[in-house]
Amino acid sequence: MAPVLFVGFALLLVLSSVMVILHKNPVTSALFLVSAFCSLAGIYLLLHAEFLGMVQVIVYAGAIMVLFLFVIMYLNLGRDVEGGLALALRRGFGYLVGLGLLGIALTWFARGWSAGPAAPPPESPAPGNTQAIGMLLYSRYLFPFEITSVVLLVAMVGVIVIARGRRGGIPEAPDMPEAIPDTPADRGEAPPATGAAPPAAAAPKRSVEGS
Amino acid sequence: MLPASIPLSWALAVSAVVFVIGVVGVLVRRNALVIFMSVELMLNAGNLAFVAFARHMQSLDGQIFVFFVMTVAAAEVAVGLAIIVNMFRLRETVFVDEINLLKG
Repeated sequence: MAPVLFVGFALLLVLSSVMVILHKNPVTSALFLVSAFCSLAGIYLLLHAEFLGMVQVIVYAGAIMVLFLFVIMYLNLGRDVEGGLALALRRGFGYLVGLGLLGIALTWFARGWSAGPAAPPPESPAPGNTQAIGMLLYSRYLFPFEITSVVLLVAMVGVIVIARGRRGGIPEAPDMPEAIPDTPADRGEAPPATGAAPPAAAAPKRSVEGS
Repeated sequence: MLPASIPLSWALAVSAVVFVIGVVGVLVRRNALVIFMSVELMLNAGNLAFVAFARHMQSLDGQIFVFFVMTVAAAEVAVGLAIIVNMFRLRETVFVDEINLLKG
C-alpha cells in the first residue's frame, strides 16, 4: 500500500513542481507550490517522518506561502510579460542545463548504484516520532537548536531594517547633494538600527510618516 | 510486483527530479518571486533526500537536519521577500534582467 501511495504523491509533487515553473501567473505558481508542499508532506508521512510532515504543512504550506502570496498581491503582479530573442535563447539554455542535470542524475541511477544494506528496524517499540525528535533535539542537537533561535532573531531584525526602505526614519534633508547616492546620514543611521530591536520595530511607523 | 516498503532509490529519484525542476525554474524564469519559489523547490528536494536516508539508516539525525533546513529556509524567504519588496519600490519591477544596478 505504501509504495502505491508514494507513487501517487510523487506524481502529484512532480506535476505541481512543473506547473510552478511553467505557469505565467505568480499567484497560480504559488498555489501549485502549496500543492507540491502538501504532497511532499504526504511523502514524509509515508517515510515515517510524521513530525516533519506536520511541520511541512504548517511552516511551508502555511507560513511561507502566506508570505509569498502576500508579497505577490502587495506588489500587484498580475502576469509575467515574456518575449524577445535574448530571452528565448536564455530560456533554451536553461532547459538544456536542466536536461543535462537530469541526464547526470539518471546516469548515476543507471550505473549499478546501490545504497548499502538498510539498517534493521529497532527491536524495542520506538516512541512516537515527535517524542524521539524532541529527545534528540534537546540533547545532542541542543547547541544548533539555540543557534537557530539566533538565526531567526537576526532574520527578523534584518527584514524590518530592509523593508522599512532606504531613508526610513530619517527626516528629509532639503539640500542633499545629488552626486552622492549614499549619504553619510544613511551610513551613520544603519548600525544602531541593527543593534537594537525596539527602535527598528518602531521604525515602520516613522517611515510611513516620512514618505 | 511492488516492494513491501518504499525503496530508497525511488525517493532519491523523486528528489533528483524535483531538484532539477527547481534548477530549470531558476534559470528560465525572470520573475524574482518565481525564482524564489524554485529555490524553495530545491530546498525541499534536499529535505526529501535527507528524510529518505534517515529512513534507510533507521536514524533520526536526518530528520533533525530537515528541521534546521526548514528554519533557515523560513528566515531566507523572509529576508529575500523583503529585498524584493525594497527593489520593487526602487525600480518598479521584479524582473531580474531589469535589475542590473551592479552591471558596470
